[in-house]
Amino acid sequence: MEDVLTKPIPAVAAVRENKKKETVKKVIIICSKGTLEDVYAALIMANGALADGRDAKMFFTFFGLDAISKKKADHLHTATVGNSAFMPAMPTMMGGLPGFEAFASHMMQKQMDKLDMPHVTEFIQMIDAAGGEIFACKLAADMFKLKKEDLLDEVKDIITVGEMYALADGEGAHFIFI
Amino acid sequence: METATIEKQIEVNQEGYLKDSSQWSEDWAKKIATENNIPLTPKHWDVLHWLRKKHEEGVALSIRKVGNSGLVDIKQFYGLFPGGPLKIASKIAGIPKPVSCI
Repeated sequence: MEDVLTKPIPAVAAVRENKKKETVKKVIIICSKGTLEDVYAALIMANGALADGRDAKMFFTFFGLDAISKKKADHLHTATVGNSAFMPAMPTMMGGLPGFEAFASHMMQKQMDKLDMPHVTEFIQMIDAAGGEIFACKLAADMFKLKKEDLLDEVKDIITVGEMYALADGEGAHFIFI
Repeated sequence: METATIEKQIEVNQEGYLKDSSQWSEDWAKKIATENNIPLTPKHWDVLHWLRKKHEEGVALSIRKVGNSGLVDIKQFYGLFPGGPLKIASKIAGIPKPVSCI
């Protein structure tokens, strides 16, 4: 019998060794879409990186800006027209009926609530609290006439593409584009 | 002063998580915390005991739930256990690696 409380565990040492070799140290997630499912994919990946001990930065551009806009963040929709993966058995023109998209989005949000998924604004707060950084694209913000005060408080800055690339400085940075 | 050491075999999985959470002890927590360079404060212990309690109740844990525990907010949780708080805290608390993606 050995004193397990004083001897190092080989498995733990191995994990620590692997940690050094880790190739993904930081993710820069570019979110260019404003549909519910795309925005959630971006948020989950950023939050998941942080929860796993990796660094995460988010850059929202074009319709992705909806996800960080005070007015729209918690009212994102999922497309019911031109989305072949959405209820494939349903005639596509049904998706175009007035109110259908809002209804479908509401149902999807309800399902997400069941899975204990936070709403967009809370998710952004979680990412911010975890040390993640959130940025908006300058060109897109100009285009949609959005100012810093129109965006959620957690948005750190409105930056240019060049500044976005600078977020990747350092070792082990990876880009994810949505 | 005389001291005695309790010697027993403790089983861990490949990543160093306890296979049987009932084998956990505060000494074990201190050992794993030291290996992760985390000095345990009373706040750490509050979180660790809360995690163990919730695990025993069968709750699927997530960072968000810890943030809503009333003990710490998410920022403080990341501060207490830097570098993947729920993963590290679960290991110290002797409960399985979290499986939540949120």
